[in-house]
Amino acid sequence: MSNEKKNWPLWEIFIRSKQGLHHKHVGSLHAPDAAMAIENARDVYTRRMEGVSIWVVPAAQITASSPDDKDLLFDPANDKIYRHPTFYNIPEEIGHM
Amino acid sequence: MDQHTHNYLLRLADNNLILGQRMAQWCGHGPVLEEDIAMTNIALDLIGQATLVYEHLAEAEAGGRTADDIAFLRDAHQFYNVQLVELPNGDFARTTLRMFFFSTFQSLLLDELRTSTDAFVSGFAAKAAKETAYHLRHSADWVIRMGDGTPESRHRMESALSALWAYTGEMLTPDALDVQMQAAAIGPDLTILAPAWTQKVKSVLEEATLRFPADTHMYSGGKNGRHTEHLGYILAEMQFLPRAYPGLKW
Repeated sequence: MSNEKKNWPLWEIFIRSKQGLHHKHVGSLHAPDAAMAIENARDVYTRRMEGVSIWVVPAAQITASSPDDKDLLFDPANDKIYRHPTFYNIPEEIGHM
Repeated sequence: MDQHTHNYLLRLADNNLILGQRMAQWCGHGPVLEEDIAMTNIALDLIGQATLVYEHLAEAEAGGRTADDIAFLRDAHQFYNVQLVELPNGDFARTTLRMFFFSTFQSLLLDELRTSTDAFVSGFAAKAAKETAYHLRHSADWVIRMGDGTPESRHRMESALSALWAYTGEMLTPDALDVQMQAAAIGPDLTILAPAWTQKVKSVLEEATLRFPADTHMYSGGKNGRHTEHLGYILAEMQFLPRAYPGLKW
């Protein structure tokens, strides 16, 4: 039997902890299908931190950048300070942005 | 609290405690990590629900017995759980099917108990319903996946079905105490609950492509303290500590 058949697919789990916040990646787990992945996510990730919404995404569907491309992807930003919104003064009342 | 209500509440709590103890035996032995966690969570839900009832009983007695005393210092014939919940776990299919049978019953029961004239019972029913709804969904989803799964999973679900079926009737068949509680508007009419249970079980088994079992002899007795030989072993393990070291605290 191939390894693929023996192991359930891996799912990445995203939980929205409060209305208005983004879904946040909390971890991953194995499950036979999407519905069971949601049930398992409830048990593994929401028992102490109740959320309002769960997303499950097949890990195989995620295309990740290569660590080797780190320089190519992220370095150029560092020497162009005008790309960072650091020259604006944010009024006190706005709070954390 | 009169003795009838007391015993009726013990049935409710003992079902949860004994099934909770059974589910807890899976801790560290689940087929996969995720299900190990799920079963342990369900065990904790069940034991938590039982604790609410034992605490209420201890308070009503006002005789110095604690919830722990009620759970740990009774012998098998003083437990009033149905026999279904004390049966050995068997494999994952059998444990899951038993959870499905029980939580289908429990969710229908709690639904009815919400309108109980006993304020504790109606409050308890509202509180326990959410957890029970999850137990039902999770176990039903597994029955469907295993029944309609591989030849191996289907075979296991079929054996579970034939092993457990004869123990389902006890939940659904009213005895003298059930009738008494119904008359007092504390408990529901089980004869109304039974067809709803059958309908739910039929629809899930159908989706699982499993055959609904034919009528058969049903075992009973647990609700009145007559148990299978398995309950004694559960109690021996569960009650060892408080019996060997009376009054021990941690």
